[in-house]
Amino acid sequence: MIPATRSPLAWAVHLSVAIFVLLWTLPTAGLLVTSFRDKDQIAVSGWWTALATSSQNLVFRAPEGEGEAAAEGHFTLTGNVFEAGVGTVSAFGFSSKAPTAFAPDTTADLPGGVSLSVAEDGAFTLSAPESFKGKRGQRIFYTASVAPRFTFDNYLSVLRAEGLGRSFLNSMTVAVPSTAIPILIAAFAAYALSWMQFPGRSLLIAMVVGLLVVPLQMSLIPLLTIYNSAGQAFGFDPKSYIGVWLAHTGFGLPLAIYLLRNYMTGLPREIMESARVDGATDFQIFTRIVLPLSFPALASFAIFQFLWTWNDLLVALVFLGPQDDKLVLTGRLVNLLGSRGGDWEILAASAFVSIAVPVFVFFALQKYLVRGLLAGSVK
Amino acid sequence: MQQLWTALFTIVLGILCAGLWFGGSNWCLDRILPARGRTGAHSSRNIALAALVRPWLFLGPSILALGLYLVYPVIASLWLSFHDKSGQRFVGFANYRWLFGDSGFRESMGNNFLWLLVVPAAATFLGLLAAALTDRIAWGNLAKSLIFMPMAISFVGASVIWKFVYDYRAEGSEQIGLLNALVTSAGFEPQAWIALPFWNNFFLMVILIWIQTGFAMVILSAALRGIPEETIEAAVLDGANGIQIFFSIMVPQIWGTIAVVWTTITITVLKVFDIVLAMTNGQWNSNVLANLMFDWMFRGGGDFGRGATIAIVIMVLVIPIMIWNIRNARAEVRGR
Repeated sequence: MIPATRSPLAWAVHLSVAIFVLLWTLPTAGLLVTSFRDKDQIAVSGWWTALATSSQNLVFRAPEGEGEAAAEGHFTLTGNVFEAGVGTVSAFGFSSKAPTAFAPDTTADLPGGVSLSVAEDGAFTLSAPESFKGKRGQRIFYTASVAPRFTFDNYLSVLRAEGLGRSFLNSMTVAVPSTAIPILIAAFAAYALSWMQFPGRSLLIAMVVGLLVVPLQMSLIPLLTIYNSAGQAFGFDPKSYIGVWLAHTGFGLPLAIYLLRNYMTGLPREIMESARVDGATDFQIFTRIVLPLSFPALASFAIFQFLWTWNDLLVALVFLGPQDDKLVLTGRLVNLLGSRGGDWEILAASAFVSIAVPVFVFFALQKYLVRGLLAGSVK
Repeated sequence: MQQLWTALFTIVLGILCAGLWFGGSNWCLDRILPARGRTGAHSSRNIALAALVRPWLFLGPSILALGLYLVYPVIASLWLSFHDKSGQRFVGFANYRWLFGDSGFRESMGNNFLWLLVVPAAATFLGLLAAALTDRIAWGNLAKSLIFMPMAISFVGASVIWKFVYDYRAEGSEQIGLLNALVTSAGFEPQAWIALPFWNNFFLMVILIWIQTGFAMVILSAALRGIPEETIEAAVLDGANGIQIFFSIMVPQIWGTIAVVWTTITITVLKVFDIVLAMTNGQWNSNVLANLMFDWMFRGGGDFGRGATIAIVIMVLVIPIMIWNIRNARAEVRGR
């Protein structure tokens, strides 16, 4: 490589890489920050202001007389407009027409002899000649600067209320066998295609290369038809996990065979031959020598297939169906985009529940992923 | 929880079944055609016969799965594309005639071509740029990891991430989407980016480019490192500058790899479905073939004939790349 010279060009390179990295990480970072922010703050300020104190126009509804104190025919109700956290009130009001009419610590006179005052720290006092019980709680409008607040509430609420926990299990259920099964059967095929001589071998290899690029879309309708008629004939639910596992197996096989064959052909011929001279059968050579030696290729494919099955939407949607109890994480996320379109606290936390596993796998096993990528792209 | 146990049980069962099939069938073969026969001629005949049968025992399950899940569907889709919505009645070319007259199809086709023009080119170019730049600096590997990371994120997850970037609030209120915040702070009006016909295509493409650039970078970076040092040293001695070296010496030597990256991304683009479904579901003139096909599969009880016809169109677009790949692979096998 050309050594980077200490010149304006050198730091131009540093700068452009920094811009690259920034552009590629900022969108994800934004959503990650958002997923930990308080939902009221998300709605009124950008995530890049998350650490700054934000000024917000808020509304608080006083309780309907609970905790009121009566003295000398006078009723007072006290409390704090900040239900959680702390902030500083800079103005308040009692109607939506003039939400900032009064400065803190002054007293506002409401209709019906009611008076209201709000202190800077949010403490309010409502007093009236009649009891507050049985009336709607008085609305208090206030402008406050609220300190940044970070919380796990968004995650807790999506895992419990939005069915993300269930979908997480579903995704696991889909992804793990869909990764394991193709490896089992592809390894044998790859061995046959690299170390056994038989008529039609090169045709089969060409076929595997061709099938690598067959679009999934081709298979959906015919397979759905088969599943439906098989389900009718034998009386089982056509939308089952077994159906998805087998479908992922079929779709993953070309890459599995291709990757493993490429790797196995590169193994030294002498090892096989000396084993054969010692009387080992093909089956023994495969299980005792080739399989252990192929571990890096097996790991590469396993990562690919796991990422692909975990992140897949189409196969799960078609072969598992859109029912609530069978939705995988990606399907759930699409549903939430439709039904909770503007609720970014829900969407952000849900997205990160679904992203966490593959990103962890990615960073932990990047070496194998890169290796597989380099071997897998048709040269 | 219970289904997870079922899944684990299935894995164990699968391993047992595979062991039983591969081990068992090989054992049977060795019993039926023993390598040590009664006579020498007998043994050599047995060995030859066993060698003829054994590859198919190894290949059997794979061929069965490939045949059922990939080869048969291609034929069946072709057959279905000449039949009506239920797949019962032969309708000749009616589906194809409908297709080319349908405005939804023409819109999707146009958008798909736009995607095919922009995404592979942009992702490959940016990947090449990132590879060339990160190879020269000390923290290049960290930078590579971060640019590569979107590869691990699902298309749907990436859509959520970018939908937040494109988020739109009415003019005057605080913009919480990054793009609109930048636009308004520069003094322009905020826009509902993904609802702008025609231009929204590009905003959706950004998502796929964002994902695929890392893939292009990793492969091209390896190719750049494989370039023989001598060619570069010779160019340096001849007085070429960095940009000249890059475009006239290095890029021409990795054309093959660039073509591989380009075609791989092209295939991904043809199949893109999740991004469009999650971002717009084809509204505001942003539909693409794969999403249109999904639509027809299930819309109004499903029209399998028309769905299959759209799938065939996608397949036809893939075939040139498929042939090119097969030819390359065969040339490589022969070259070994």
